This record gives sequence, C-alpha cells and structure tokens, in this order.
Amino acid sequence: MDADNPVKDPPELLAGNVAVMRKALVDSLSLPAFILLFTMMGFGSLARSAGFGAEMAAVASLLIWGLPGQLAMVELTRTGQGLMAIVLACSLANARFLPMVVSFMPTLARKRASFPRMLLDAQLLSINSWAMCMREFPQVAAGWRHRYYVTFASSILLAAVVGTLLGYHIAVLLPLTLVLGLIFVSPLFFALVLSAVPGRAQRMSMLLGCATIPLSHFFWPAVDLLVTGLVGGSLGFVLGNYLDKRARRDHANR
Amino acid sequence: MQIDNFWVIVLACGAATFFWRALGVLVTRRIDANGAFFRWVTCVSYAMVAGLIFRMIVMPESELASVSLPIRVGAVAIAFGAYFLFKRRLVAGVVAGGLSLSGLVAWLG
Repeated sequence: MDADNPVKDPPELLAGNVAVMRKALVDSLSLPAFILLFTMMGFGSLARSAGFGAEMAAVASLLIWGLPGQLAMVELTRTGQGLMAIVLACSLANARFLPMVVSFMPTLARKRASFPRMLLDAQLLSINSWAMCMREFPQVAAGWRHRYYVTFASSILLAAVVGTLLGYHIAVLLPLTLVLGLIFVSPLFFALVLSAVPGRAQRMSMLLGCATIPLSHFFWPAVDLLVTGLVGGSLGFVLGNYLDKRARRDHANR
Repeated sequence: MQIDNFWVIVLACGAATFFWRALGVLVTRRIDANGAFFRWVTCVSYAMVAGLIFRMIVMPESELASVSLPIRVGAVAIAFGAYFLFKRRLVAGVVAGGLSLSGLVAWLG
C-alpha cells in the first residue's frame, strides 16, 4: 500500500483510497489527459515522418516522458544528425527534470520510500503532474498525496502513449485554425494551473522566469531554460525571502 | 555517425532523460526539505517552467509562430477572464482560450 505515511491531518483535507483516486482521475480526465492525447498525437505523426517505428514512438513517450526532449530527438534524427548530438540535445531539452524532481519529491511527504521506488516516482514525473500536484496538494492529506500523484500521472502517461500511437497511425486532417487552437491549449493550461500556486518566492520566480527568458533565449538558445531557471529562480528566491521577512516584520510591528 | 537501428536512439534518449531524474532523486535524498537549498531549487524549477510556458506562447517555434503576437496574447487574456469568471475552472479557461485563438485566426487571418 502506498499510504505508508499516515500523518494526522485536519479532517477537511481529502483522504481515503476512493476519494483520492476519484479526485485524481476527475482532475486528469477533466482536461490534462486530453491535452496529452492531442499533443502526443502531434509527436506520433512527427516520429513517423522522421522514420521511427510505431512501437519506437510509443516507447519514446513512455521512457523519455518529456515532450521537449522527444521533439529534439525526432527533429535531429530527421535531419540526419549523429547519435551523440541527438542524445545531447534530448538530454539538454529535458534537464529541467533535475530541479523538478528535487523540488517535487519532498512534497509527496513519504518518509520511508526506498531508492528504487523513488526512481520510479521520478520516472513518472512530467510537467503536467508537477504543476497539477503543486496546485492540488494543499487540499490533499499528506499521507494520500503519493496515491493522488501516482493515479494522476499514470492516467496521463497512458493517454500520452495512446495519443502517440493514434497520431502515428491516423493522419488527422483537421483545419489549420483548429490545429492552432489545440497547440495553444497546452501552454495555456500550464499558465492557468500555475497562476494558483501560493508563495511569494514561487510567484516572484515565475515572474522573473518570464522576464528573463527573452534575453537568455536570444544569447544562449541551447541552454535558455537553464539560464532562466538559475537567474530568475535565484533572484526570485532572494526577493521572495526579503518580502517574506518584511511582511513578518510589518505584522510584528502592528 | 549515422545510426541504422532507431531503437538505439530511443533507448539512449530515454537513458539521457532518466539521468536527470535519478540525479534529482540522489540530491533530494541528501537535502533537508525545509532548508534553504530546497527552497532555492523550488524557485529555480518555477522560473524554468514559467520561462518555458512564456517561450511557448510569446516566442513559439511551433506552428503557433504563424499566429500574430496580439492574437496569442489576446487569447491568453480571454482565457484568464473566463477562468476567473467561472470560479477558477481550468476547463473554462482552456476552452475559451483555445476557441478564441482559432476564432481570431479565422476572423483576422
């Protein structure tokens, strides 16, 4: 059982197998699963045009499980690059998993997780689950967060693999205007999800991430996200702590 | 070096991504979840993810690049309007934003 960390929580927090899994599935099926289905259909058809087999494309979605890296792999393979260049580009495009895993694992609030199980949890992580959990975890009892995460993440991973195969086998001919709307949905979804994330330092970091990405993309396009993360995140961290301290001082003086 | 078997590419790319995840697990096992280092890494994650989203919307490399910036930004504004109007329902915001982008493209070209 995954509820191996029964922490006492206030009664208004969500707990219990059925309730938590239902919330995870409802949260997934109410949007993210379909977004994954559609975006991975795009990946499936690109993978086909680059010469990958259907089962290769599906395994790529399952193993890499990070669209920027998958797109880098397909694009560089299509243009006939060497293996080292492809792997390096894919790895760089997915390097965000390092800070994402570090910032995510402690929020699962598991005290006695073995190393292999933590690796499995890390493999399941994607930007969708990360953002959704950061938003929903405050409403889920600590002992049940892992169950929520695994249910949510597996359901969207399944949707992604199905989407990859669908996109590979079915050439979908939708009108361009509709396709544009569908592509737009993915970043829009993340923007809405993250707008509800609490914390001064987190919010500051997101603002500074947006402010610095145009410059870092212009000067260092290959590592723009890493530069933005380090610069924007560090500034956000310092500024957020400063604002927190000031708020506490103002509160104490009142 | 050209590769004949694409399975090699898929598996190598999977391993290359897993490298970062495993490194993350190694780091997370050695840090204090209430400490300054953890909070700093969280800030770095938020800045990276926000930068990625901003890049996807404002400086897209996908087909979205064919849509003019005012239409993209306008559709984001409409999405947030619908999201808050419908009591923070994600579906409302996403559907409104996606449809308004398609609509504005069809209408304004």
